[in-house]
Amino acid sequence: MVQLTMAKAINEGLRRAMADDPKVLVMGEDIGKLGGVFRVTDRLQEEFGAQRVIDTPLAESGIVGTAVGLALRGFRPVVEIQFDGFVYPAFDQIVCQVAKLHYRTRGNVRMPLTIRIPWAGGVGAAEHHSESPEAYFVHTSGLRVVAVSNPQDAYLMLRQAIASDDPVVYFEPKRLYHAKGDVDLDVDPADAPPMGLARVAREGTDATVLTYGAQVITALDAALAAEEDGISLEVIDLRSLSPLDHRTIGASVRKTGRVVITHEAAREAGVGAELVASVTERCFHYLESPPVRVTGHDIPYPPAKLEKHHVPDLDRILDAVDRVLDRPNSLTGVEL
Amino acid sequence: MTTVHTLNPTADPATDVDDVARLLSPGGERVADPDLQEWIADVDTAAIRRLYRDMVLLRRIDDEGVALQRQGQLGLWPPCRGQEATQIGTARALRADDFAFPSYRETGVVFARGGKPSDYVLAWRGEGHSTYDPYELHTATQQIIIGAQSLHAVGYAMGVQRDGGDQVAAAYFGDGATSQGDVNEAMVFAASFGAPVVFVCTNNQWAISEPVSVQARFPIAGRAPGFGIPSMRVDGNDVLACLAAMRWATDHARRGRGPVFLEAVTYRMGPHTTSDDPTRYRDKEEVEIWRRRDPIDRVEALLRAEGAFDDAFVAGVGADADALAAAVREAAMGAVTRPALSIFDDVYAEPHTGIDEQRAAYAAYLDGFATAQGA
Ligand SMILES: Cc1ncc(C[n+]2csc(CCOP(=O)(O)OP(=O)(O)O)c2C)c(N)n1
Repeated sequence: MVQLTMAKAINEGLRRAMADDPKVLVMGEDIGKLGGVFRVTDRLQEEFGAQRVIDTPLAESGIVGTAVGLALRGFRPVVEIQFDGFVYPAFDQIVCQVAKLHYRTRGNVRMPLTIRIPWAGGVGAAEHHSESPEAYFVHTSGLRVVAVSNPQDAYLMLRQAIASDDPVVYFEPKRLYHAKGDVDLDVDPADAPPMGLARVAREGTDATVLTYGAQVITALDAALAAEEDGISLEVIDLRSLSPLDHRTIGASVRKTGRVVITHEAAREAGVGAELVASVTERCFHYLESPPVRVTGHDIPYPPAKLEKHHVPDLDRILDAVDRVLDRPNSLTGVEL
Repeated sequence: MTTVHTLNPTADPATDVDDVARLLSPGGERVADPDLQEWIADVDTAAIRRLYRDMVLLRRIDDEGVALQRQGQLGLWPPCRGQEATQIGTARALRADDFAFPSYRETGVVFARGGKPSDYVLAWRGEGHSTYDPYELHTATQQIIIGAQSLHAVGYAMGVQRDGGDQVAAAYFGDGATSQGDVNEAMVFAASFGAPVVFVCTNNQWAISEPVSVQARFPIAGRAPGFGIPSMRVDGNDVLACLAAMRWATDHARRGRGPVFLEAVTYRMGPHTTSDDPTRYRDKEEVEIWRRRDPIDRVEALLRAEGAFDDAFVAGVGADADALAAAVREAAMGAVTRPALSIFDDVYAEPHTGIDEQRAAYAAYLDGFATAQGA
């Protein structure tokens, strides 16, 4: 066991994947000498050379499009999109090419691409630097979508993503880049729980909180606070958004009968909507109350000084817990 | 006419920074240029003094931005030190009703278009994404998505054509941006439609940590002719050359002769932004070379040689810079963050039940705290 920040854990994941497999390439803007704007690729170019750690021209569509060609040729590219808000110029390549080539070629072409995206807000960033675009990708068949919440998962799930023959969109919460945690670097990624599995981050009996990414930390804080009120919350870290781990989710919902979902992406047609729909379909007769979503508002990500009103905090989660438990809450008396 | 038929069509990689048109040498002596000089025939000493003042004031705003960021008043600042001549020279060639499309670093363009002290700092403080009415300054909100504004400029110029107007759109972007599809698509559209747009590529040698050679193997100005767009490579640290070249370019576009591409060869003296660490990717010596090509020193030398750099002038410019810096600081320190519910404003131009419900629900939620405190 070592103590590593999430950024360092990902860095180590990249290093070991590159060392193990000469076909693994890392490419993106400023990832070479600078080591990436978050230093996640720090020193990789020194170690593996500029042919395998590629500083690309400043063109997201170009980065992903050339990675498709490299994958066709048998490489396993790991691309870095510098910030969440800059993935959109590459959207066409991701949804039309990366996601569909395997299907289009009846399985003849594999797209073992990993698309790393520093993701989401809470760090006081400028416009376009705090986006939560996960739902766009979850909606696209052919992609796997994961979101990590701690250094151990960050390390192992990255290794698993790179090893996967499917394309994986891999979300890294910027808010947690510097958060430290224990990492066992010697676990064989093949023996670790697969990246498609959710994790029970905290056990509880009164209600289930479903969440992912940096919101896992906020949800755990909320669970601690709820405990003081005698409420026992179970917190599920989804880890994988596509596919969703309905087994783990369902087991928890059947146990507690009450569901709160929290994410910082906007609500409308977000991952939360999918969770409510699927939980309702699967566990309707076990539900004691309607599931409740706590999300970002349906607004463009607001300026930094106002982001605390957008990203769900502990109190908003507790307010939703009060709703599912039918305790007094901000909507008491309001016609919905 | 073109070099298309040569066996070796690649020139020096884009690194020969002296292969440029100029009117003022790095030492501040006037240089004859038969193409450019007619475009500044009317620029007398008083006008050169105004350009000098503009550049000094811009540098002062920039220094204040860096200081305010270091003091925690701004979240970020993208310095433009070294690029004053490019920004002031080109923007001063625009007519008030032309439309500029600057990037995040083009503080000097916003300044030349009539920006207020608060316009420089409030966005970087996180108080709002844009601080001015683009229609008032005839200047688009400073763009962060690299290259995106080049297409907006072309579309605007196509609108001018359809209106029968004689305005010009100016698209500003960096050397890194020339790798973006948007910039290339913008050139295709502009050439195809003969749109009255001037592309101003500020080649400041670096795109964060990536040297221009990662973006281009051929001088960037050399690309435009391939799109059918005339171009010029100009000394971006020479404010007279930038002014003259932009006057030529806007005149060309305004007369209906189609788009023009300018590459201003300059240097970003500071970090990419206040979050960047340029010592990781570039040498001190390179920065020193460019320090000796400083755009403001160059005009100072010219004015001195022409006997127009007297104490009273210097004191006046200094006092103006002090006052402007104080006003910028005051705008930052005096910023009042808008009320929470303003985050729901302007998502839609007309009523939208979804957002209205969310606003009401969040208001009720916030009211709960007030009630709890009151109780
Ligand atoms: C589409 C997009 N990709 C990446 C970024 C992150 N980024 C901001 S500025 C920059 C470098 C831009 O270089 P250049 O175009 O030369 O302009 P300069 O900063 O030198 O003025 C990068 C990579 C961005 N803002 N937009």
